[in-house]
Amino acid sequence: MNKLIVSPSPHDENYLKTSTIMLNVILALLPALGVGFYMFGFRAVTLTAVCIASCMMFEYASRKIMGRSNTISDLSAVVTGIILAMNLPVTLPYWMAVIGCFAAIVIVKQLFGGLGQNFANPAITARIVLMVSFPSAMTHWIKPTEYDYDAVSSATPLAVKAAGGDAPSYIDMFIGKTGGCIGETCALALLLGGLYLAARGIISLAAPVSFIGSLFLLSWAGGDDPVFSILAGGVFLGAFFMATDYATTPITFKGKIVFGLGCGIITFVIRHFGSYPEGVSFSILLMNVLTPYIEQLTRTKIFGAKEAEKNEG
Amino acid sequence: MKKLNGIRLKHRKNTENSQTIDFTLPAKVVIPMSMHMGVPCQPLVKVGDTVKVGQKIGDSDAPFSVPVHSGVSGKVTAVSDYRNAMGTVCKAVEIETDGEQTISEDVKPPVVTDKESFIKAVRESGSCGLGGAGFPTHIKLNPKTPIDTLIINAAECEPYITADYREMLECPEDIIGGINLIKKQLGIKNAKLAIEANKPEAIKNFTEMAKNDDTIDIVTLPSSYPQGAEKVIIYNSTGRIVKEGELPSDEGVIVINVSTVAFIYRYMQTGMPLVTRRLTIDGNAVGEPKNVRAIIGTSFRELLDFCKTDIDSIKKLIGGGPMMGMSIPDINMPVVKTSNALLAIKTYDERKTSNCIRCGRCVRVCPMGLMPAEIDKAYKIKNIDELKELKVMLCMNCGSCTYVCPANRKLAETNQLAKSLIPRK
Repeated sequence: MNKLIVSPSPHDENYLKTSTIMLNVILALLPALGVGFYMFGFRAVTLTAVCIASCMMFEYASRKIMGRSNTISDLSAVVTGIILAMNLPVTLPYWMAVIGCFAAIVIVKQLFGGLGQNFANPAITARIVLMVSFPSAMTHWIKPTEYDYDAVSSATPLAVKAAGGDAPSYIDMFIGKTGGCIGETCALALLLGGLYLAARGIISLAAPVSFIGSLFLLSWAGGDDPVFSILAGGVFLGAFFMATDYATTPITFKGKIVFGLGCGIITFVIRHFGSYPEGVSFSILLMNVLTPYIEQLTRTKIFGAKEAEKNEG
Repeated sequence: MKKLNGIRLKHRKNTENSQTIDFTLPAKVVIPMSMHMGVPCQPLVKVGDTVKVGQKIGDSDAPFSVPVHSGVSGKVTAVSDYRNAMGTVCKAVEIETDGEQTISEDVKPPVVTDKESFIKAVRESGSCGLGGAGFPTHIKLNPKTPIDTLIINAAECEPYITADYREMLECPEDIIGGINLIKKQLGIKNAKLAIEANKPEAIKNFTEMAKNDDTIDIVTLPSSYPQGAEKVIIYNSTGRIVKEGELPSDEGVIVINVSTVAFIYRYMQTGMPLVTRRLTIDGNAVGEPKNVRAIIGTSFRELLDFCKTDIDSIKKLIGGGPMMGMSIPDINMPVVKTSNALLAIKTYDERKTSNCIRCGRCVRVCPMGLMPAEIDKAYKIKNIDELKELKVMLCMNCGSCTYVCPANRKLAETNQLAKSLIPRK
């Protein structure tokens, strides 16, 4: 007979793994990514592939250099690669995308300890790094479905509006037939992906609903077109896939609501009062920074707990 | 009323229709002097003594202890040191059976005239909580504060185990008799028999039996783990919250296991102390899962053989349920008073523990509303103030957090380790 294994309870096993969660997130991203491929052509495919490959390579190399275990198999680097690619314009030079991946994986994620330990969302931070480093390359948009990568044309709906032009129709914005980053244009596909994750119990809808809801109401109150506000820019991508990131958003339901509200408010303020047309990335990053404080203030109510004794001093 | 968190487990009650089988008399029994919480007993017999069924073979002067009796007649062949599954070292009495099963002259119905003599009789019965935790019954039934409600714990919320369920189907009169007896002796007005919703037949039977008695209320508990945890069952059957540092009796309730109640009733009729118990033998290494009534001291190996177990394939043996039961280090260990199940498992998840991904599942399932992920973090840096703030002492080790963790972190275990950092007052 084998030696019996002795371990503390519980002994019952549950086969949900981190990699299963990540795989589900990848599945949920596929519809929006597919629409991006269709709208922006083959270069969107290769750019995404470059992002995924470099994220995995950086994940492997940085952990190897730091003498830590290999975590490629948890698939989190793949998720970061896909989300980052979805946040880039299709014409971005590959080497810039690789720099973005380096920022996301090495600087934001691994230097803070890897999966779950980073305080800021890797893809969002990488997008911001690229945006401030290469502003013109990061705002070079093409017309959807025309695949003409050299034409300087079609701005994003937000840029069009900021320049005083006519915004595209709601329908075009809902199905993603507008200029913009590879994965952010199709609100419908992002919504489907988000609802899939919520149905599988992987994300909570608290943050997306409070994010989109508060942005809608504030835009309305501020005299902007509220439907346009929530469909334009990266609101759906940010709300469903980045404001629900486990590592960088609060754990409790209350905390998630506060997080979403904060994102909505900051996005509105930047768009309405700032000179920047897009505010989603900054709003999520700023709320990431506030997350530890939100967490402190939104802890769970403990069953039967008595008031803590007051510490002296 | 706020709903407490919980998890859905596969019930795996494979033995729910298996009628209890009396296990044959073993050639030898080993009876430890410590089988549950409380002070270990000192053996009252020595090598060479003959003992009879029901004879007291161990006792202690300490109030927080319960005497031990022999379930066989035969000859004492050894009194030796023994380390039980919890790691406590005590004496154990080994008895070679003579096959006669002669009953001791001491076995006669106790004379009960008042509460004091009732409590004394309960102690003499050797009774402890049969649901697994093994709290001495005579202490539980003798609280310092007035009690208005007796809660009978028939949740049996752990997977596999059907020992309490079979008690409910096979001996319902003993249960109702025991409830009435305890109510009468302790002057408790109401009783609530709380059964988890996954046992509809038991709920139906008892609702029928108690329909003319408005002092016994049958409560259906939701089918989510852990319904049988004391604070959870009190809240879900009465709405009362046992606060931090309080005992159930501070809220006017006593919670007692259903099989314990039936045993107390039978003891008062016959005087036969706790020398046998029903346990569920199951697990994926067991060929024929069964419910058996075994004499306390019978070796686990014999029971597993009886249930056609592939002994060589066993990787893990669990005494009790898969969520809160204890690992058994040695297959030759004996059945004790608290053995409500014996699970032989041939699979073991050897996944490595990885970083917390902060998914928050542990927080969403904790019935106490604790934040195991935060406790884990505070434990790592030994932040005692933070651990106190997070109320780690309220963790009842139900194991739900570890169960749901995708990073395979042993959160429940960490909670227990964290508790040990907090100085006791």
